[in-house]
Amino acid sequence: MAAGGVTRRGTTHLIDMGAEVMLTPGTVLQNRYEILGVVGSGGMAIVYKARDRRFEKASRICAVKEMFNAAADARLRDLYRQQFDREANVLASLNHPAVLKVFDYFSEGERVYLVTEFIEGKSLEQIINESNGPIEQEKVIDWAIQICDVLIYLHNHKPNPVIFRDLKPSNVMLNEFGQIVMIDFGIAKVFQGEQRGTMIGTEGYTPPEQYRGAAEPRGDLYALGATMHYLLTKHNPQEEPPFTFHERPIRQINPQVSEGLEAVVMHALEYEIDKRFASAEEFKQALLALSRPSSLIAAPDGGVAPARAQAGGVPATVAFATSTLSFSETGNVLPVWEFACEDEITSSPTVVDGVLYVGSYDHNLYALNAKNGSFLWKYPTEDGISSSPCVWEHLVIFGSEDRMIYALTKENGRIVWTSPTRDRVHSSPRVALAHVFVGSDDHCLYNLDARNGRQVWKFEVEDRIRSSPCIHEGIVYFGSDDASVYALDIQTAKLKWKCSVNRPVLSSPTVHEGMVFIGSMDWNLYAIDAQAGWVVWKTRTKGRIVSSPAVSESLGLVYIGSQDGHVYAYDYSRGREVWRAETKGPIGSSPRVTAEAVYIGSSDGHLYCLDARNGELRWKFYANSGIVSTPAFADNMVYVAARNGRVYAFLP
Amino acid sequence: MFKRFFGKKRSTSTLVPIVEEKESLTIIVGAATDKGLVRDYNQDALFTLSAQVSQGQDLLPIGLYIVADGMGGEQDGDRASSLALRTVANWILHEIYEPFLTLGTAAGLRPINEVLTEAIVTANSKVQEQLPHGGTTLTCAFLLGTNAFIAHVGDSRAYLISRNSIRQLTKDHSLVNRLIELGQLTPEEAKTHPQRNVLYRAVGRSGNLEVDTYLQSLPTGSSLLLCCDGLWSAVTDDEILAIVNDSASPQMICRRLIAQANDHGGEDNITVVLIQVKG
Repeated sequence: MAAGGVTRRGTTHLIDMGAEVMLTPGTVLQNRYEILGVVGSGGMAIVYKARDRRFEKASRICAVKEMFNAAADARLRDLYRQQFDREANVLASLNHPAVLKVFDYFSEGERVYLVTEFIEGKSLEQIINESNGPIEQEKVIDWAIQICDVLIYLHNHKPNPVIFRDLKPSNVMLNEFGQIVMIDFGIAKVFQGEQRGTMIGTEGYTPPEQYRGAAEPRGDLYALGATMHYLLTKHNPQEEPPFTFHERPIRQINPQVSEGLEAVVMHALEYEIDKRFASAEEFKQALLALSRPSSLIAAPDGGVAPARAQAGGVPATVAFATSTLSFSETGNVLPVWEFACEDEITSSPTVVDGVLYVGSYDHNLYALNAKNGSFLWKYPTEDGISSSPCVWEHLVIFGSEDRMIYALTKENGRIVWTSPTRDRVHSSPRVALAHVFVGSDDHCLYNLDARNGRQVWKFEVEDRIRSSPCIHEGIVYFGSDDASVYALDIQTAKLKWKCSVNRPVLSSPTVHEGMVFIGSMDWNLYAIDAQAGWVVWKTRTKGRIVSSPAVSESLGLVYIGSQDGHVYAYDYSRGREVWRAETKGPIGSSPRVTAEAVYIGSSDGHLYCLDARNGELRWKFYANSGIVSTPAFADNMVYVAARNGRVYAFLP
Repeated sequence: MFKRFFGKKRSTSTLVPIVEEKESLTIIVGAATDKGLVRDYNQDALFTLSAQVSQGQDLLPIGLYIVADGMGGEQDGDRASSLALRTVANWILHEIYEPFLTLGTAAGLRPINEVLTEAIVTANSKVQEQLPHGGTTLTCAFLLGTNAFIAHVGDSRAYLISRNSIRQLTKDHSLVNRLIELGQLTPEEAKTHPQRNVLYRAVGRSGNLEVDTYLQSLPTGSSLLLCCDGLWSAVTDDEILAIVNDSASPQMICRRLIAQANDHGGEDNITVVLIQVKG
């Protein structure tokens, strides 16, 4: 682990311990210690195996640690020298089987030496490196108890407590008898001095408060927790952002670890010092409780509940948040009202000004009172309606499988105009600037004057358009079964760009912050640059996507359902999954997002209400038939239509 | 492949403009680097490439802007930042510009975020191999139209600046930033903390590099500033905002920012790139 060059100018970051600088075997120091060979080197020091020739007839082996006192300034050199003297003397005064014994110390020129007992064995660092996976928890608990014993000794040392300060796997050895020996009390750090310039890498075992000021004994307990975390997960804290242990829950990485042990380790790793174990004794007691054969796992002092996954959003089991919902005897959520049409509903309801509009396969467009579900009017077309209606001024506009686009008066469903297309209409119309945009199975996207239905232009692509268009800043975006996403200028119908994906696009686009989000039957959710049509990111689910994405501006997340049965939430700028929630059937419905919740239906017959932030289930409703339409949200009520032809309203 | 239908329209309605003509936007860029007043070498590196391509009546800007701050003994610092920067620029030219210019469309182009991330991961391997003692920060912005796609490792920064506000877009991968996140330090304390320069993530130091990516649309009149810590540790946000809003050109802004950092001691190298969106 050698590093850079020794700079004679004194601000040393990285010390060179190149081969020519090391002592060669046979060299004798102080006329007494004969160097036999190098056993290890770190950033600050080299450790040699040596023989103490004072004992001529015996083979008295010891370890010699060599450090450089390379400060440029003479005063600084003296200062370091004094610090080292102090440290060496403290070490020498310690007497514990698990603490490395110091025999001697001296200096020769710029080099300072410490002579200690030689430990035959491996450090915990070597052990974890050589192991294929994490270490068994029984061993980790055993070692941790031994380390606690040493810490109890050190922290209670008179006249002054000794703080280990640099507890980490490379400083803990296991001797040939399987016993813990602590080495290197950070003594080499004396010569580190202040670091100028940027250094890379953090210690990983140091608690946050130690960066503010002097070390205290409880810092050693954090370091022990960090060491245990490493041994149990094989994730090196020095390679992760500092203080992020909670992002790597132990049991998620190593399910063999018991809940009790995870709780103990995480308690030791709390950010705030007062929330951790108050002493090494307390830590030891908590560990002893784990090794007792009783089935009860004692919680560590402070009554901390077992740690649960925070980041990465594994959804909890059903947890009903307090709400105004009422429940039936079977525990199913009760709707405020329900209305039955005569056939399936795949269209999504639209609610405006207290009226709910929805189309059904029974050919009718219905208008219902949104508060109480009472019937207002219905209008019969010649075929099923799967398109969702759109309301503009006094009109409600929608398409039907009878190939027509209809505009009716909101109040009473009187026909105002119709506009023909040449095939079924599944796409839902959108209105912008008094123009209606809608796609048809006849391969065309239509621009109709909203007042009279007159065709302003139509744009033909190579296959059906079932996706519903989205208009944003003068551009209309839509997808087609021809496996492309299009962007047209709404005035001139000029093609701005076309982005090809691998399979039909039934999903409807959503535009946010200069990006178009859309799903495809090729299993992917795409984020496409709205101006140029370049794909910025894409993520793959495990099933086809017909659902249309929805965005939460406040949370920066984009949500989508997949036919793999999951609802996904991604960070919209990177496409990284933040959480996913599982349902029991393919999802064709699109999510509806409010500030706090995501509503989505599944073909498993449920309407789900999930927490928008972490995907946890808030409540769910069983409709006894698949829900492919998108829920609507208005005036604090949620509406959903199911394949069984019913429309349900909830007050969540 | 799609029918042009102006001739085929059945109805005789004239096209009434329903949307105002969009003003064409221009992108102006300034860039400057300086070794400061204290250091002997400049270990920073920067790269700018501003291209435009016509798309019908519009002009589509396609730009690439990179800053990198190297570290490591003697010369490894400036070699590391240079190597990483050139590797990233090369990668993006090869994976985005070249195919786009060859095909004439974006069809078949890989997702932008993927390419940017890969570019930095590749630079990471190269620096590790060739300069084992060196490392560098790297923050790059790929500009497409007025959307900026940023990929980032380390404690160099990207800021979004408008008339009245300045906002840091990237997260510093530094120990002190982590302490600030935990409420253990205030940003003021961080400026003088003995370990303010310690990074937990940098290019060229370890395998498995995680790259942060960000997306920012740039409104008209706004600027994107890329800079190394030599600027932000010496000049306050308010001072930066004032200079940006009070200068005649991005190049002027860059020079004044450097002068301001030097006025405050110039203890580190200073490097800035400023991209302005003008309506």
